[in-house]
Parts: sequence; structure tokens; C-alpha cells
Amino acid sequence: MKLVNKLAVSAALVSLAFASVTQAGTLDDIRAKGHLQCGVSQGLPGFSNPDQSGNWVGLDVDLCRAVAAAVFGNANKVKYSPLSAKERFTALQSGEVDILSRNTTWTLVRDTALGLNFAGVNYYDGQGFMVRKDLGVTSAKQLAGAAVCVNIGTTTELNMADFFRANNMNYKPVVFEKADEVVAAYDSGRCDVYTTDRSGLAAQRLKLKDPNAHIVLPETISKEPLGPVVRHGDDQWFDIVKWTLYCMVEAEEYGLSSKNVDEMKSKTSNPQIKRHVGTEGDMGKSLGLPNDWCYNVVKQVGNYGESYDKNVGPETSLKLSRGVNAQWTDGGLQYAMPIR
Amino acid sequence: MADAAQNHIVGEHPDLLPPKTEVGVWGWMYHNLFSSPLNNFLTFFGLFLIWVTIPPMIDWLFIDADWVGETRDDCGREGACWIYIGVWFKQLMYGRYPDEDLWRINSMYIIGAIGLIWLVWPNLKYKGWIGVFMLFLFPVACYFMFSGGSFGLERIETPLWGGLFLTLVIAVVGIVASLPIGIVLALGRQSKNMPVIRAICVGFIELWRGVPLITVLFMASVMFPLFLPEGMNFDKLIRALVGVMLFSAAYMAEVVRGGLQAIPKGQYEAADSLGLSYWKSMALIVLPQALKIVIPGIVNTFIGLFKDTTLVLIIGLFDFLGMAQAVATNPDWLGFAVEGYVFVAFGFWVFCFGMSRYSQYLEEKLHTGHKR
Repeated sequence: MKLVNKLAVSAALVSLAFASVTQAGTLDDIRAKGHLQCGVSQGLPGFSNPDQSGNWVGLDVDLCRAVAAAVFGNANKVKYSPLSAKERFTALQSGEVDILSRNTTWTLVRDTALGLNFAGVNYYDGQGFMVRKDLGVTSAKQLAGAAVCVNIGTTTELNMADFFRANNMNYKPVVFEKADEVVAAYDSGRCDVYTTDRSGLAAQRLKLKDPNAHIVLPETISKEPLGPVVRHGDDQWFDIVKWTLYCMVEAEEYGLSSKNVDEMKSKTSNPQIKRHVGTEGDMGKSLGLPNDWCYNVVKQVGNYGESYDKNVGPETSLKLSRGVNAQWTDGGLQYAMPIR
Repeated sequence: MADAAQNHIVGEHPDLLPPKTEVGVWGWMYHNLFSSPLNNFLTFFGLFLIWVTIPPMIDWLFIDADWVGETRDDCGREGACWIYIGVWFKQLMYGRYPDEDLWRINSMYIIGAIGLIWLVWPNLKYKGWIGVFMLFLFPVACYFMFSGGSFGLERIETPLWGGLFLTLVIAVVGIVASLPIGIVLALGRQSKNMPVIRAICVGFIELWRGVPLITVLFMASVMFPLFLPEGMNFDKLIRALVGVMLFSAAYMAEVVRGGLQAIPKGQYEAADSLGLSYWKSMALIVLPQALKIVIPGIVNTFIGLFKDTTLVLIIGLFDFLGMAQAVATNPDWLGFAVEGYVFVAFGFWVFCFGMSRYSQYLEEKLHTGHKR
């Protein structure tokens, strides 16, 4: 009997220890420690990469800055944990980071079995193909018999196999371990086609000897919705991250940007914008944040479009057009739930 | 029959020069490079390989390389772009450590360098005191200087540490800690009349030697935090340091044990017959001889450990190599990863070669007639 008791007590203690991970009020913890701990990649061009003054910049980084702006009113109260693909989920589950913003694809298994919640999609990616211009190919359907350079052991490789099999085409895979090797092989002509995620194609293209001699084909053969992740068990924190992203997207839809938000805040009579910048309604209060949370996000980080253009857009060296990441009003997929 | 060439008196030794094929450059080449058809072939093949690889390499590294400029447009694509290294030099050396606090690292580098040179330079005074300072005070000073948080220094968290600086921190901690722990473990494993201690030492060594370092680091960074209640989170760098330390200590223990086994039984008995205690006989008689024998093995482990530090990349710490990979992802500087890797390789070579030369010097200096 005694032994059973002891076992029960220790089991309860262990479960308490684990429960404390999930039930703690993340928002209170963050306020207490004074900064947001954000998990980012170890370097993915345009999404999270170090700049010359040693700061992290990128689309994923901007989301962390936005959450910090919403919580603290200061976008700089973020500390970054660069995480490898393998350790990223453990880092989130163990509480080492408060939010994972690391080009992570939203899938069912991750959303459920891993105990995570995806708070939205800040970049709709998908796998594409790049070929030499002088090949004269205009569609991926014309790639029968081609030699394809690809990273080994990735979903990329499997998607490609599916695509060619579904279209009854032969192909010759040329596989490598690292992205740099794949690019070098493609550049030296060992294969006709290079396939990876479209954002990756844009980045890798810059490594080629003559980037302008290559084109990306129009087909997208897989869905890679990338978004910020939080852990199960803290719905308030989940809401904050989710609505911070919506705040950025909706700001763009309403034409609010970091440049005009002050002016709009004082002059506008539009109730939607008033709710957005917090001069009307109790939006912030419902989230447990100050009422000007979304104003701070737009003011300090910018709207979604600004962040996109600054980090990966056509004006940057990556030159990614908005494509499916355009606003829904422009025929894209970025659709923010209404802040009201 | 009279030989036309023979113009000396028979029976007297002629003072002729040896044949050209036996001495000098030609002789050496004849004997070493062209002594057989196979050797002829290998010589020409070797020359061919040198001709194919070395001139293009020199072209790429120096002649076609771009040295001055500030942006990627200053770099042609024919040769190496050393501007890239220049632009990212601070990151490669110190990671994201704040600019205004770099003096903290640099001053400790200078103190460390002076201390090391003092210790290895022959015939300088006060080596004992300097040694004590370097072993005990210096690491503590480094800790306070690097991480700050006291004495009016701003706190700088370890995620900001990186580059060559982080590599040196991990390697030096691993190297300095592994030798004493390794010696203790080796002595424990050798002890005949203390079965419990012996078993613990054997278990420890075999456990840590039986798993790859990458697993140790991965456990330290990924699994370990799951076992801790929230709020109790050790710094990732400390977890990695402890992992590296214990791992290299297990290897060191086996190297030292090799040295202990090489000492003849007579030496142990001689120490006993002088009435020395166990620790005195070890410290004065056995270990000095044993460690001297295994200097090559110890330095081998050090060099291996130094290079293994690059594995911390998988747990998200940006050491020298990791930093080179991370800065290669900056959108403005894509496509110059090779320059980064070459630079990192050169950096590692300098340190490893330095260790290797010093160990050879030490072997010569401590050589007391055992060497073959």
C-alpha cells in the first residue's frame, strides 16, 4: 500500500511538472521576464537571416517583432533562438521559446500529435521548378525524361516523385545532401531541372553564375503553408499570436502602413480603422493587451505588405512576387479575420 | 687492352667525381622519382595532378580574387571574393556580441595569450604562479568578463556569443577540463582494491565513449529540457559545455590509461619502497612519466575535440563554421559560401597546426632517452 502511495505521488508530481509547461500563462511569463523568446531558423534568406550589424531580419523575424510590439509596445523586446529543424519543436514544447516562427509547414500531425497550434500562415510556399531559359520549356508538363537535381530525404523529393508519376513522365533524379551541392550541380549542367520550394528557388538562383539565364516554371506542385507556431494549452497566447498576424494583414487591406498610421489614427472617421488602431472598441482588452496593440504593430513593424516587400519582395534581391500571398482582394490567399 | 679513358696508374685510387646519377639533385631524382617504370608513371601522374589543381587554385585564391570593395557588386565571379570575409569579419570572429563590448573579449584574448606564451616560453620566472593564475583565476575572470552581469558590466547572453570566439570557449573549456577529469578516471579504472570506484569509472568511460558526440549534444539540448520543470532552464551553452567536457574526459581517460600501463611495475614498487603515499607516488613518479609518453595521444584528443566543436551547430549555437553558414544566407550576399568555408578551414588549420607543433616541441624537450 505504501509503495502504491509513493508511486501515485511521484506520478502526480511528474504530471504536475509537465502540466506546468502547458498551463502556465505565457503572457504573464513574458511580461515578467521582459522579453519575447522567439525561435527562428539558423539562416534562411529573407525569412530569418543575420544582417551586417548582427541583428536578425526577415519575414519570420518581423512576426516576432510584431508580437513584441503588441505585448510590450516595443518591437525590439525580442530575443532570438536560432533552432535547427530537428530541435525546433522540442524547444517550443519545453518552453525554451515562446513562439516558433521558423518557416514551419502547417500539417495535421504537427498540429495535433506534436501538441502545437499553428496561429496562421505568413507565407504560402509551394514547390516549383527552375530550368535554363535556352531549354525552351514553358511548363513542368514538358519535363518528361529530364534529369532533376533535388535534396535527398526531403518532402521535396517525394512531391517530385508524385508529380512525375501522376503525369506519367519519366525522370532521372540527381540527389544531393546539401542545398549548395544541389545548386552547384545544377549550375554545372549535371541536370536540366532544379526543384525546391519557390522561395528557396529564388534564393538559390542568386548563387548561379548567370541568374538571368534561368526561369522558374509556373507550376506549383505542393502546398507548403508556413506560419508561426505556439504550444497547446494556452489559448490566450494562441489568440495573441493569431490576431497579431491578422492585424498586420488587415492593416494592409485597409491601407494602413507604418508611414500613415499616425495620421489615420488622429484623422479617420472610419470605424474599422478606429477599431484597428484602438481608438474605438475594446479589442486589446479582449486579448489581454493594451488597446493600442495593433497600432504599435503597424507603427513599429509595418503591415504585412511592407514586411513582405522589405524582406522578400520584388525590390529585394530575392525578387519574389506576391503571387498567392497577395491580399484576397487582389486574388491572393491572405485573408485576415475581421478585428471587431 | 688499354682503356682510353683510364689515365691513372693501376692500383692507385683515382680522384674521379662520382657519376652524376648517384649524387646531387640528379642522383636524388634518379633514385627517388625515376627508379622504376611504376615510379616514373607515379611521378608524372603526380606532376600532372599538381599542374591541374594548384595553378587554378592560386588563380582563384589570389590572382583573380577581389580584395577591395564593400558590396557584392565589387566582386567578379572569376575568383574568390574576400570582400565577403571582410564585410562579415566581425560576425565570423565574435558572432552577435555587441560591438561596444568587444573589448571584453579582446582584452581576455590578450591576457590569455600573454599567459600562454609565458608558460610555454623556456626559462621564464614565476611559471608556477602564472600557471595557477591561468588554471584557476583566468577562467573565472573570463566568465565574468564574457557574460557580464556584475562589476558594472552589461549582461550579454550566450545566444549572442558566436564565431571563432564561441569555438575557442567550447574547445578551451573542453580541453582544460578533460585532462584532470580524465586522469582521475584513468587512475580510478586502474585501482585494483577499490571495486566500487573502479566500476563507476569503467561505467562512466564506456558509457560516454560508446555514444557519438552528436548524440550527447542532442540529448543535452533537446531531451534534457523536457525532464526539467518549467522555469528551470539551464543555459544551452552550459548544457553543451558539460556534454563536451564529459565526452572528452572519457576519451582522455583511456589515453592516460595507456600511459599508465606503459610504466614498468618496478617504478610503482620503487615508489612504494620509498614510503610514498598513493597520491605522492602517482604525482611524483608515475604520472610524470605516463603523461610524457602519451603526449601524442593527448594532443590527438585535443585536436579532435577542437574540430568536433563544430557539431554544436546542430543545437543552434553558431560557432566559427556555423556563423560562416549563417551569414551565407544573407540575401545580399548569397553565393559566397565557398569563401566562407575556405576561410574557416584556414582558421581551424592554424589552431590545429599550432597545437601539433607545440606537442612536438614538448616531446623533444621532455625527451629523456625513452624515445626510439
